[in-house]
Amino acid sequence: MNVLNFVHAFFSDSSHWHGYDGIPTRVWEHVQYSLEALAYAAVIGLPIGLLTGHYGRGGNALALIATAGRALPSFGLLVLMFIWLGFGMLPVMIPLVILAVPPILVTTYEAMRSVDPSPVDAARGMGMPETRVLFQVELPVALPLILSGLRSAAIQIVSTATIAAYVSLGGLGRYIIDGLYQKNYEKVVGGATLVAAMALATLGIFWAVQRLTVSPGVRRG
Amino acid sequence: MSGFFDIPSDLQNTYFGLIGLHLREALIPVLAGLLVSLPVAQLCVRLRWLYPPVLGVTTILYAIPSLAFFVVLIDYTGQTETTVMIPLSVYSLVVLVPAIVDGVRSVPEETLAAATAMGLGPVRRYFQVQLPIAVPAIIAGLRVATVSSISLVSVGMLIGNQGALGNLLNDANIYHRPELAVNSVVTTAVLAILADAALVLVRRVLTPWMPKESTR
Repeated sequence: MNVLNFVHAFFSDSSHWHGYDGIPTRVWEHVQYSLEALAYAAVIGLPIGLLTGHYGRGGNALALIATAGRALPSFGLLVLMFIWLGFGMLPVMIPLVILAVPPILVTTYEAMRSVDPSPVDAARGMGMPETRVLFQVELPVALPLILSGLRSAAIQIVSTATIAAYVSLGGLGRYIIDGLYQKNYEKVVGGATLVAAMALATLGIFWAVQRLTVSPGVRRG
Repeated sequence: MSGFFDIPSDLQNTYFGLIGLHLREALIPVLAGLLVSLPVAQLCVRLRWLYPPVLGVTTILYAIPSLAFFVVLIDYTGQTETTVMIPLSVYSLVVLVPAIVDGVRSVPEETLAAATAMGLGPVRRYFQVQLPIAVPAIIAGLRVATVSSISLVSVGMLIGNQGALGNLLNDANIYHRPELAVNSVVTTAVLAILADAALVLVRRVLTPWMPKESTR
């Protein structure tokens, strides 16, 4: 009951809806941080995962890198990078990208490995060059799993981007950190609700992308 | 690197004390998550219709950011260790339920039929056949849950210094001693890697029939 009252109070206060600390500004900042981090992580993780999966090599090395990446604490890394590099986007991006690369890398590799070998052989037998085998045969079949890796990376980024506020940046974490120091639980709960809603929206977006991009032949019940 | 292990007195703890505290705050939730997820997963295996809604609820719970979860709980459990451990238990649960369900479901139909034919009741069949065969999948889930739990404890620093090794991060800031932040990050990462390696070892001991080289 308590929490619901706070949520209602936060969202019905019209002063929360405009200005530099307004909900639209903070949501937009959060979206920007998340998209930027996801883009970097995908640029690093997807090609490596696709190639290692295609050639079937380096699986153990990937597993090691993924374990090391997961083991690094995001929050600690953020504070450390802030101390070393000073104020800016880089100290926030480094932990977010390190957080997001392991799920993308490992799932992409696994997705490529789990592609049924007979259509791949058939494509090669028909004289398809390796790049077309990769992009026109393996990738479409592996796509649902690859997307699920991107999805879990995106959700972790969205919920972890809140810590950017601890090093004086914006985003939805602002409400949570400020509210915590001001003992303003209405603000904290409002911020938490917004982040959770954004994570759910991310789930929804990935579901839609999957419906649009995965070929009906690959989609199974 | 002078004073690398020199823990400021405001934390009222030694370096090894912080490590012990960190492991307690991280591992008790994983254990609690495992104890709850075993029966939940078994229910999901038995009642097929239950699995999709359970999966939906756990996905939503996982989407709640740890910091928000901690802060909302302060209202109920105060700035205590419990406030850190409840969300971590929930995250462990979320990782473990699908891992266990997939593991138990991967047991071949013939194996179950053989067990039944040998006269095993449902309880013995579960503990002596299904659970052992699901061990690799369960351990895989436990590895993810344990490593992320160890990493997330540090965030507890924000709610009244309940972050064990994470508390060093705050001290690094207020006393301008960056080596404390390095200490916190490195120690936490080493703990996570050691815990992960320990779980791999446990899996090897529990499943002597599995080939050795498979690391996953």
